Amino acid sequence: MAESHATTYGLAHQFDDIEQQREAGTLGMWAFLITEILFFGGMFMAYVLYRTKDPDSFAFASAHLDWRLGGANTAVLIISSLTMALAVYYSQTGNREMLMVFLVLTMILGATFLGVKAYEYYHKYLDHLIPGSGFQWHGHGDPRHVQMFYFIYFIMTGIHALHMIIGLGIMTVILIMSKRGRFTPEYHSPVEISGLYWHFVDIVWIFLFPLLYLLGAHIHNQ
Amino acid sequence: MSVHVVSRKIYFGIFGALMVLTALTVWVANFALPGPLNAIVALSIAVLKATLVVLYFMHVRYSSKLTWVFVCAGIIWLIILFAFTLSDFLTRGWVPFATG
Repeated sequence: MAESHATTYGLAHQFDDIEQQREAGTLGMWAFLITEILFFGGMFMAYVLYRTKDPDSFAFASAHLDWRLGGANTAVLIISSLTMALAVYYSQTGNREMLMVFLVLTMILGATFLGVKAYEYYHKYLDHLIPGSGFQWHGHGDPRHVQMFYFIYFIMTGIHALHMIIGLGIMTVILIMSKRGRFTPEYHSPVEISGLYWHFVDIVWIFLFPLLYLLGAHIHNQ
Repeated sequence: MSVHVVSRKIYFGIFGALMVLTALTVWVANFALPGPLNAIVALSIAVLKATLVVLYFMHVRYSSKLTWVFVCAGIIWLIILFAFTLSDFLTRGWVPFATG
Protein backbone atom coordinates (compact mmCIF):
# COMPACT_ATOMS: atom_id res chain seq x y z
CA MET A 1 0.00 0.00 0.00
CA ALA A 2 1.12 3.53 -0.71
CA GLU A 3 2.97 5.02 2.25
CA SER A 4 2.00 8.60 1.42
CA HIS A 5 -1.58 8.32 2.64
CA ALA A 6 -1.16 5.34 4.96
CA THR A 7 -1.31 7.46 8.11
CA THR A 8 -4.57 9.18 7.24
CA TYR A 9 -6.47 6.69 5.08
CA GLY A 10 -9.67 5.57 6.81
CA LEU A 11 -9.06 7.86 9.79
CA ALA A 12 -12.12 9.75 11.03
CA HIS A 13 -11.39 13.34 12.09
CA GLN A 14 -12.31 12.88 15.75
CA PHE A 15 -9.44 10.45 16.38
CA ASP A 16 -5.79 11.33 16.96
CA ASP A 17 -4.50 8.36 15.01
CA ILE A 18 -5.53 5.07 13.46
CA GLU A 19 -4.56 3.13 16.61
CA GLN A 20 -6.91 5.16 18.80
CA GLN A 21 -9.66 4.69 16.24
CA ARG A 22 -9.16 0.92 16.17
CA GLU A 23 -9.24 0.76 19.97
CA ALA A 24 -12.47 2.77 20.09
CA GLY A 25 -14.05 0.52 17.44
CA THR A 26 -13.07 -2.66 19.27
CA LEU A 27 -14.41 -1.37 22.58
CA GLY A 28 -17.65 -0.30 20.92
CA MET A 29 -18.12 -3.78 19.48
CA TRP A 30 -17.42 -5.38 22.85
CA ALA A 31 -19.97 -3.10 24.50
CA PHE A 32 -22.51 -4.41 21.97
CA LEU A 33 -21.39 -8.01 22.53
CA ILE A 34 -21.93 -7.59 26.30
CA THR A 35 -25.58 -6.72 25.62
CA GLU A 36 -25.69 -9.85 23.45
CA ILE A 37 -24.16 -11.98 26.24
CA LEU A 38 -26.95 -10.86 28.57
CA PHE A 39 -29.60 -11.20 25.85
CA PHE A 40 -28.69 -14.86 25.30
CA GLY A 41 -27.96 -15.17 29.04
CA GLY A 42 -31.62 -14.56 29.85
CA MET A 43 -32.62 -17.42 27.56
CA PHE A 44 -30.00 -19.74 29.05
CA MET A 45 -31.43 -18.77 32.43
CA ALA A 46 -34.91 -19.88 31.29
CA TYR A 47 -33.39 -23.14 30.06
CA VAL A 48 -31.74 -23.80 33.44
CA LEU A 49 -34.95 -23.08 35.40
CA TYR A 50 -37.21 -25.32 33.31
CA ARG A 51 -34.62 -28.06 33.14
CA THR A 52 -34.31 -27.96 36.93
CA LYS A 53 -38.08 -28.42 37.21
CA ASP A 54 -38.05 -31.70 35.29
CA PRO A 55 -34.56 -32.86 34.22
CA ASP A 56 -35.78 -36.28 33.02
CA SER A 57 -38.37 -34.89 30.58
CA PHE A 58 -35.70 -32.53 29.21
CA ALA A 59 -33.33 -35.47 28.72
CA PHE A 60 -36.01 -37.52 26.90
CA ALA A 61 -36.89 -34.52 24.71
CA SER A 62 -33.21 -33.90 23.98
CA ALA A 63 -32.65 -37.55 23.04
CA HIS A 64 -35.06 -37.04 20.12
CA LEU A 65 -32.73 -34.42 18.57
CA ASP A 66 -30.12 -35.81 16.18
CA TRP A 67 -26.76 -35.11 17.87
CA ARG A 68 -24.94 -36.07 14.66
CA LEU A 69 -26.53 -33.13 12.80
CA GLY A 70 -25.87 -30.84 15.77
CA GLY A 71 -22.29 -32.10 16.01
CA ALA A 72 -21.72 -31.64 12.29
CA ASN A 73 -23.04 -28.09 12.58
CA THR A 74 -20.71 -27.46 15.53
CA ALA A 75 -17.77 -28.55 13.36
CA VAL A 76 -19.01 -26.34 10.49
CA LEU A 77 -19.17 -23.30 12.80
CA ILE A 78 -15.73 -23.93 14.30
CA ILE A 79 -14.24 -24.25 10.78
CA SER A 80 -16.02 -21.00 9.84
CA SER A 81 -14.44 -19.32 12.88
CA LEU A 82 -11.04 -20.49 11.63
CA THR A 83 -11.69 -19.14 8.11
CA MET A 84 -12.92 -15.86 9.67
CA ALA A 85 -9.76 -15.60 11.79
CA LEU A 86 -7.67 -16.23 8.66
CA ALA A 87 -9.65 -13.57 6.77
CA VAL A 88 -8.69 -11.09 9.53
CA TYR A 89 -5.07 -12.29 9.25
CA TYR A 90 -5.01 -11.62 5.49
CA SER A 91 -6.63 -8.20 5.97
CA GLN A 92 -3.85 -7.37 8.47
CA THR A 93 -1.15 -8.52 6.05
CA GLY A 94 -2.77 -6.74 3.10
CA ASN A 95 -3.49 -9.81 0.94
CA ARG A 96 -6.75 -8.82 -0.75
CA GLU A 97 -7.23 -12.02 -2.80
CA MET A 98 -6.84 -14.32 0.20
CA LEU A 99 -9.01 -12.04 2.33
CA MET A 100 -11.84 -12.39 -0.20
CA VAL A 101 -11.31 -16.16 -0.55
CA PHE A 102 -11.64 -16.65 3.21
CA LEU A 103 -14.62 -14.31 3.49
CA VAL A 104 -16.41 -16.36 0.83
CA LEU A 105 -15.44 -19.62 2.58
CA THR A 106 -16.82 -18.24 5.86
CA MET A 107 -20.09 -17.34 4.14
CA ILE A 108 -20.38 -20.77 2.48
CA LEU A 109 -19.88 -22.45 5.87
CA GLY A 110 -22.43 -20.12 7.47
CA ALA A 111 -24.95 -20.97 4.74
CA THR A 112 -24.21 -24.70 5.24
CA PHE A 113 -25.03 -24.33 8.93
CA LEU A 114 -28.34 -22.67 8.11
CA GLY A 115 -29.15 -25.37 5.55
CA VAL A 116 -28.65 -28.16 8.10
CA LYS A 117 -30.70 -26.16 10.61
CA ALA A 118 -33.57 -25.80 8.10
CA TYR A 119 -33.45 -29.58 7.46
CA GLU A 120 -33.70 -30.22 11.20
CA TYR A 121 -36.58 -27.75 11.62
CA TYR A 122 -38.47 -29.44 8.76
CA HIS A 123 -38.18 -32.85 10.41
CA LYS A 124 -39.31 -31.44 13.75
CA TYR A 125 -42.33 -30.10 11.86
CA LEU A 126 -43.02 -33.53 10.35
CA ASP A 127 -42.74 -35.09 13.83
CA HIS A 128 -45.31 -32.61 15.26
CA LEU A 129 -42.75 -31.14 17.63
CA ILE A 130 -43.45 -27.46 16.91
CA PRO A 131 -44.86 -26.10 20.21
CA GLY A 132 -48.50 -25.07 20.03
CA SER A 133 -51.85 -26.74 19.39
CA GLY A 134 -50.32 -29.23 16.93
CA PHE A 135 -47.68 -30.47 19.37
CA GLN A 136 -47.68 -34.23 19.91
CA TRP A 137 -45.39 -36.33 22.10
CA HIS A 138 -45.72 -40.07 22.58
CA GLY A 139 -42.35 -40.82 24.14
CA HIS A 140 -41.20 -40.84 27.76
CA GLY A 141 -41.51 -37.81 29.98
CA ASP A 142 -44.19 -35.26 30.79
CA PRO A 143 -45.47 -33.88 27.43
CA ARG A 144 -45.84 -30.39 28.93
CA HIS A 145 -42.19 -30.26 29.96
CA VAL A 146 -41.11 -31.83 26.67
CA GLN A 147 -43.04 -29.10 24.88
CA MET A 148 -41.26 -26.49 27.02
CA PHE A 149 -37.92 -28.00 25.95
CA TYR A 150 -38.91 -27.65 22.29
CA PHE A 151 -40.18 -24.13 22.89
CA ILE A 152 -36.78 -23.16 24.32
CA TYR A 153 -35.03 -25.15 21.56
CA PHE A 154 -36.83 -23.27 18.76
CA ILE A 155 -36.47 -19.83 20.37
CA MET A 156 -32.76 -20.21 21.15
CA THR A 157 -31.67 -21.89 17.92
CA GLY A 158 -34.01 -19.58 15.98
CA ILE A 159 -32.48 -16.40 17.42
CA HIS A 160 -29.03 -17.92 16.94
CA ALA A 161 -29.92 -18.62 13.29
CA LEU A 162 -31.15 -15.03 12.95
CA HIS A 163 -27.72 -13.90 14.15
CA MET A 164 -26.14 -16.14 11.50
CA ILE A 165 -28.33 -14.57 8.79
CA ILE A 166 -27.34 -11.08 9.97
CA GLY A 167 -23.72 -12.28 10.01
CA LEU A 168 -24.01 -13.36 6.38
CA GLY A 169 -25.32 -9.86 5.55
CA ILE A 170 -22.36 -8.25 7.35
CA MET A 171 -19.92 -10.55 5.52
CA THR A 172 -21.51 -9.58 2.19
CA VAL A 173 -20.84 -5.89 2.96
CA ILE A 174 -17.25 -6.65 4.05
CA LEU A 175 -16.71 -8.72 0.90
CA ILE A 176 -17.90 -5.85 -1.32
CA MET A 177 -15.67 -3.40 0.60
CA SER A 178 -12.72 -5.79 0.13
CA LYS A 179 -13.39 -6.09 -3.58
CA ARG A 180 -13.32 -2.29 -3.84
CA GLY A 181 -9.93 -2.28 -2.11
CA ARG A 182 -11.14 -0.36 0.93
CA PHE A 183 -8.88 -2.16 3.42
CA THR A 184 -5.17 -1.68 4.03
CA PRO A 185 -2.87 -3.25 6.64
CA GLU A 186 -3.32 0.01 8.61
CA TYR A 187 -7.08 0.27 8.14
CA HIS A 188 -8.90 -3.04 8.49
CA SER A 189 -11.05 -2.48 11.59
CA PRO A 190 -14.35 -3.35 9.84
CA VAL A 191 -13.02 -6.84 9.03
CA GLU A 192 -11.78 -7.36 12.57
CA ILE A 193 -14.97 -6.05 14.22
CA SER A 194 -17.17 -8.21 11.96
CA GLY A 195 -14.95 -11.12 12.97
CA LEU A 196 -15.69 -10.42 16.64
CA TYR A 197 -19.41 -10.72 15.87
CA TRP A 198 -18.93 -13.96 13.93
CA HIS A 199 -16.87 -15.55 16.71
CA PHE A 200 -19.44 -14.49 19.30
CA VAL A 201 -22.21 -16.27 17.39
CA ASP A 202 -19.94 -19.33 17.30
CA ILE A 203 -19.53 -19.16 21.11
CA VAL A 204 -23.32 -19.13 21.61
CA TRP A 205 -23.53 -22.36 19.60
CA ILE A 206 -20.66 -23.88 21.62
CA PHE A 207 -23.01 -23.66 24.63
CA LEU A 208 -26.23 -24.54 22.79
CA PHE A 209 -24.86 -27.79 21.32
CA PRO A 210 -24.17 -29.70 24.57
CA LEU A 211 -27.15 -28.19 26.42
CA LEU A 212 -29.71 -29.04 23.72
CA TYR A 213 -28.31 -31.99 21.77
CA LEU A 214 -26.15 -33.97 24.19
CA LEU A 215 -28.41 -33.80 27.24
CA GLY A 216 -30.12 -37.11 26.44
CA ALA A 217 -27.29 -38.83 24.56
CA HIS A 218 -26.72 -41.39 27.32
CA ILE A 219 -30.36 -42.54 27.08
CA HIS A 220 -29.66 -44.25 23.76
CA ASN A 221 -27.07 -46.46 25.43
CA GLN A 222 -29.33 -47.81 28.13
CA MET B 1 1.14 0.09 20.25
CA SER B 2 0.72 -1.32 16.77
CA VAL B 3 -1.71 -4.06 15.83
CA HIS B 4 -0.67 -7.55 16.94
CA VAL B 5 -0.88 -9.98 14.02
CA VAL B 6 -1.64 -13.45 15.39
CA SER B 7 0.21 -16.09 13.40
CA ARG B 8 -1.63 -18.69 11.33
CA LYS B 9 0.06 -21.42 13.35
CA ILE B 10 -1.76 -20.25 16.50
CA TYR B 11 -5.09 -20.10 14.64
CA PHE B 12 -4.69 -23.68 13.40
CA GLY B 13 -3.61 -24.84 16.85
CA ILE B 14 -6.68 -23.30 18.50
CA PHE B 15 -8.87 -24.77 15.77
CA GLY B 16 -7.43 -28.24 16.46
CA ALA B 17 -8.03 -27.84 20.20
CA LEU B 18 -11.66 -26.76 19.58
CA MET B 19 -12.31 -29.82 17.38
CA VAL B 20 -10.75 -32.20 19.93
CA LEU B 21 -12.82 -30.66 22.74
CA THR B 22 -15.99 -30.99 20.62
CA ALA B 23 -15.24 -34.70 20.07
CA LEU B 24 -14.55 -35.06 23.80
CA THR B 25 -17.87 -33.49 24.84
CA VAL B 26 -19.77 -35.77 22.41
CA TRP B 27 -17.92 -38.86 23.70
CA VAL B 28 -18.45 -38.02 27.39
CA ALA B 29 -22.19 -37.43 26.83
CA ASN B 30 -22.65 -41.14 26.03
CA PHE B 31 -22.10 -42.10 29.65
CA ALA B 32 -24.65 -41.57 32.40
CA LEU B 33 -22.39 -40.02 35.03
CA PRO B 34 -23.60 -39.81 38.63
CA GLY B 35 -25.56 -36.77 39.79
CA PRO B 36 -25.02 -33.48 37.99
CA LEU B 37 -21.61 -34.58 36.66
CA ASN B 38 -22.78 -34.79 33.01
CA ALA B 39 -23.83 -31.15 33.06
CA ILE B 40 -20.70 -30.04 34.93
CA VAL B 41 -18.37 -31.78 32.46
CA ALA B 42 -20.30 -30.51 29.40
CA LEU B 43 -20.32 -26.92 30.71
CA SER B 44 -16.65 -27.02 31.71
CA ILE B 45 -15.67 -28.09 28.19
CA ALA B 46 -17.94 -25.41 26.69
CA VAL B 47 -16.42 -22.71 28.94
CA LEU B 48 -12.91 -23.86 27.97
CA LYS B 49 -13.81 -23.72 24.25
CA ALA B 50 -15.39 -20.27 24.63
CA THR B 51 -12.29 -19.03 26.48
CA LEU B 52 -10.03 -20.22 23.65
CA VAL B 53 -12.22 -18.44 21.07
CA VAL B 54 -12.31 -15.19 23.10
CA LEU B 55 -8.57 -15.13 23.87
CA TYR B 56 -7.18 -16.11 20.47
CA PHE B 57 -9.79 -15.84 17.67
CA MET B 58 -11.14 -12.61 19.20
CA HIS B 59 -7.60 -11.38 20.06
CA VAL B 60 -8.48 -10.44 23.65
CA ARG B 61 -5.20 -11.95 24.87
CA TYR B 62 -3.38 -9.33 22.80
CA SER B 63 -5.82 -6.47 23.48
CA SER B 64 -5.63 -3.47 25.80
CA LYS B 65 -6.45 -3.58 29.52
CA LEU B 66 -9.65 -1.65 28.83
CA THR B 67 -10.84 -4.42 26.49
CA TRP B 68 -10.25 -6.92 29.30
CA VAL B 69 -12.36 -4.76 31.63
CA PHE B 70 -15.20 -4.72 29.07
CA VAL B 71 -15.12 -8.50 28.57
CA CYS B 72 -14.92 -9.24 32.30
CA ALA B 73 -17.79 -6.82 33.01
CA GLY B 74 -20.03 -8.78 30.64
CA ILE B 75 -19.15 -12.09 32.28
CA ILE B 76 -19.63 -10.68 35.80
CA TRP B 77 -23.12 -9.40 34.94
CA LEU B 78 -23.96 -12.81 33.49
CA ILE B 79 -22.83 -14.46 36.74
CA ILE B 80 -24.98 -11.99 38.72
CA LEU B 81 -27.98 -12.89 36.54
CA PHE B 82 -27.51 -16.61 37.19
CA ALA B 83 -26.47 -16.38 40.85
CA PHE B 84 -29.32 -14.11 42.00
CA THR B 85 -32.01 -15.95 40.03
CA LEU B 86 -30.89 -19.40 41.16
CA SER B 87 -30.39 -18.31 44.77
CA ASP B 88 -34.12 -17.56 44.77
CA PHE B 89 -35.35 -20.44 42.61
CA LEU B 90 -33.32 -23.26 44.16
CA THR B 91 -34.02 -22.24 47.76
CA ARG B 92 -37.80 -22.04 47.49
CA GLY B 93 -39.29 -24.50 49.89
CA TRP B 94 -36.37 -24.39 52.28
CA VAL B 95 -38.36 -22.23 54.65
CA PRO B 96 -41.94 -23.31 55.35
CA PHE B 97 -44.43 -20.47 55.06
CA ALA B 98 -47.71 -20.39 56.91
CA THR B 99 -50.53 -20.22 54.36
CA GLY B 100 -53.84 -18.47 54.72
